Amino acid sequence: MASVSVPSERARGVLRRPTAVTGFWSWFTTIDHKKIGILYGATALMFFLIGGVEALLIRVQLFQPDGKLLTASQYSEVFTMHAITMIFLVVMPLSAAFFNYLMPLMIGARDVAFPRLNAFSYWLFLSGGLFLYSSWFLGGAPNGGWFGYAPNSTTDPTPGMTFYAIGLLLTGIASTAGAVNLAVTVLNMRAPGMSLFRMPAFVWMGLVVQLRLAFSLPIITVALAEMLFDRRFGTHFFDPAAGGDPILWQHLFWLFGHPEVYILILPAFGIISEILPVFSRKPLFGYQFVVFSGIAIGFIGFGVWAHHMFAVGLGPVANTAFGITTAIIAVPTGVKIFNWMATMYKGDLRFTTAMLFAIGTVMNFVVGGLSGVTHAVVPSDYQQTDTYYIVAHFHYVLFGGAILGLFGGLYYWWPKIFGRLLNERAGKINFWLMVIGLNLTFGPMHILGLQGMIRRTFTYPESLGLTFWNEVATVGAFMIAFGVLVFVVNAVASFRHAKDAGADPWDGRTIEWSIPSPPPIYNFEEIPTVHALDDFWHRKYAEDKSGRLVPVQAGGSADAGEHHVDGHGIHLPGPSYFPLIAAAGFPLIGYGIMYHWWMAFVGAVVVLVGIFGWALEPSAE
Amino acid sequence: MRKRVLWVLGLAALALALAACAPNASQDTLNPQGPYARELKNLFVPVFWVAVGVFVVVEGGILLIALKYRHRKGQDRMPAQTHGNTRLEVGWTILPAVVLAVVAVPTVATIWDLASKPPANAINVTVTGRQWWWKYEYTDPEMKTAAGGQIISANQLVIPTGRTIYLTVTADAGAGSRSDAGVPGFAVIHSYWVPEICDGKQDAVPGHENHIKCQADHPGTYTGNCAEFCGLNHGIMKLEVTALSPHDFEAWVANEKLDAATPEPGSLAATGLDTFMSVGCIACHAVRGVEGAEADAAPNLTHFASRDCMVGCLLDNQNPDDIARWLHDPAAVKEGVKMPNYHLSDDQIKALVAYLMSLK
Repeated sequence: MASVSVPSERARGVLRRPTAVTGFWSWFTTIDHKKIGILYGATALMFFLIGGVEALLIRVQLFQPDGKLLTASQYSEVFTMHAITMIFLVVMPLSAAFFNYLMPLMIGARDVAFPRLNAFSYWLFLSGGLFLYSSWFLGGAPNGGWFGYAPNSTTDPTPGMTFYAIGLLLTGIASTAGAVNLAVTVLNMRAPGMSLFRMPAFVWMGLVVQLRLAFSLPIITVALAEMLFDRRFGTHFFDPAAGGDPILWQHLFWLFGHPEVYILILPAFGIISEILPVFSRKPLFGYQFVVFSGIAIGFIGFGVWAHHMFAVGLGPVANTAFGITTAIIAVPTGVKIFNWMATMYKGDLRFTTAMLFAIGTVMNFVVGGLSGVTHAVVPSDYQQTDTYYIVAHFHYVLFGGAILGLFGGLYYWWPKIFGRLLNERAGKINFWLMVIGLNLTFGPMHILGLQGMIRRTFTYPESLGLTFWNEVATVGAFMIAFGVLVFVVNAVASFRHAKDAGADPWDGRTIEWSIPSPPPIYNFEEIPTVHALDDFWHRKYAEDKSGRLVPVQAGGSADAGEHHVDGHGIHLPGPSYFPLIAAAGFPLIGYGIMYHWWMAFVGAVVVLVGIFGWALEPSAE
Repeated sequence: MRKRVLWVLGLAALALALAACAPNASQDTLNPQGPYARELKNLFVPVFWVAVGVFVVVEGGILLIALKYRHRKGQDRMPAQTHGNTRLEVGWTILPAVVLAVVAVPTVATIWDLASKPPANAINVTVTGRQWWWKYEYTDPEMKTAAGGQIISANQLVIPTGRTIYLTVTADAGAGSRSDAGVPGFAVIHSYWVPEICDGKQDAVPGHENHIKCQADHPGTYTGNCAEFCGLNHGIMKLEVTALSPHDFEAWVANEKLDAATPEPGSLAATGLDTFMSVGCIACHAVRGVEGAEADAAPNLTHFASRDCMVGCLLDNQNPDDIARWLHDPAAVKEGVKMPNYHLSDDQIKALVAYLMSLK
């Protein structure tokens, strides 16, 4: 164990352990959950820009009937990569960024349970993302949709869907490792007094998400392995002529795919469950209801997968059952919305950008939730499935819900992470551009779908009368793009300011606001003892008999900087090369499966070197 | 602030108004032209209004709360710290559950109603999805042709008004797929959808059979499209259903039962038939009554000229220019198409068009 501020002694053993915790190269060896969180976030935002460009290509192609910007095959690649990027390379890692950075801070821990495994997760996620994107230069990107329905995906002659299978297996390993790591962290590393029901709602949602990941990723792993075998080794899992069944893929995919939807949205639910109370100056209304409804969504979410398959011919019994479970899952979701409303009710609402994003999340998610309920009405879904109505629905959930929520989180925690506030005026412009843009883009898609516009189409004829709303949608997409641009400028500009955000700029409730911004490498000078939910708030304010707030004299003592702690004697694990090395071997194995076996062999050797070096690494004491 | 809120309200109202009155498009789910499609709309519309009610209450509530309790400058209010209210929360758990249970009743009833057997006088047609066109086979005994087989057609389905059409939807299975046309990826999942006259869409899954019921009230043409992503030309895998009066339909059936017309010797169409037999068309296409032209990999052309559309209803069968353009270079019309380019001369194309146009 190295102590952070004292240069480590020369390490014993074959390889010296890196010691730098600052500077450019420290980012490659870091195992600090905060730096890894920033890496996750920065990478996810890069992919967000790429996925956004893909979205704009789609919208320009569909701006007018008979669009000529993209050919049919290019369009298949672009819409597939747009979805894969936004789901696996943006929303999941951006959520992982928040969980990584904040969960240890919110439960009063110094790091995650397995810091090197955490670094490994990040590097493997990056490897998987780069592997997927290398397909553009190696014969064609995935072109069978993110849902990859067999046998189209298994018989397509271009290599795209092989990249899909291997790329998602890689990011799947990364997510699995990350999920186990964070779940163990939450369960085992809470500060004294931080009982499960004193954890912030965000940490609860994080725990639910990690457990869902741990249980749903194995299913897609099996499916992807079978797809890879069908494509590469001539098996017949999904080939009906040889006794396989294409429907098998759909069950496996959606058994993962629907839990995945909640994996994407629950982090945003957690984030706004933090933001709304802070800017209402009231506790989260019915904290336990919110937590339990999150857990309920976690469970029921595993029992609704076939609502993606109402037109597949599962028969009336299955369609009835899954229609009913789909309706049931709307109940705990509704509970959350009412609780958020009640949190704001009679509060002292301050409309910061973070608060606007949180309210925007609730309001736009409601639209997606309501259209979701119409899918539970199975016969009307017979008309709407595979049309733009569905595209409208899940974009209200994933953009109106997940992305707005995550942006709220960015504005809310940015000062904690970087010590600098984002500009509020620019933030509000960003918010209104995104919210109006998203409603212009995705609102009309409900109408288009009902008018008979199918999904995943690269064109539409003028005769169907779909032109006007497609034009509106394209204009809206560019508004969103400008909104994102404003964010990028705002983010970059924030680094020109001094680190003057202070420890607690929002009058926060949870203990991450009790330490300096940005937090020192050891997080807490002393591990706090937690006495209540919203512990930091109760250090600052007491309630009188009528429930009114009374500031505590000298409460909070937020400015930990006064103590000038130098970190002496706080033991933290040292940085390491090996997570990066181990992760770098995996894409080589992937290329080996596609091209030459010797590459897979080299990759396997690299992975083994990484793992053994990792195991045998000296502890640099 | 108030201005912004008004903006949001206005937009929401606009979206609502627009959703409620979508203009007529020719494959509009809200413009049903037969009893089955109407049954679906009649289920959707009330649910939509329930959703609108919830929307107004929830979004209106949020906006009211946001307006009323916003922080006012210079007014340092310490709100009461309410932590929850179990009775209230149980209430708003039960309330949506009740609303959903009410919606579930007609939902389940309609699921089972649609799954019931078709009426005895229904016309049975098997639809097979191929990359990227539709094959129809009329399977009833009275649809037998003079030569003994069933009536087979492509892309455009012809039906009588006022009668249930019971479609069996499927796709070719498996290895056939890989070798049938000598091209990989032949057998994939499609989805058959004619929004205005059928009870929704059903997937055409290789090795599986699904069923759709359709019925049109009035003569006319109803369009649809493949709804499940089926490869690069998914977006232009269109189709048409033409509803004829029962009398016209009888005449159509009588004509379909006949073998293909034989072109007059010496005519351009006769030259076209020779070209048809010699350049390679018969590797995939059948023309009933012409010996040697019996393949099933591509659309049956026996009554080609009686149809309105071809190439997944992308082109007009009645337009010689469209046919010539297609024969000249299929891949230029539709990327990735299975039909090869035989590099036909202009004369060959002219003759082939004449022959095809003679196949009434």
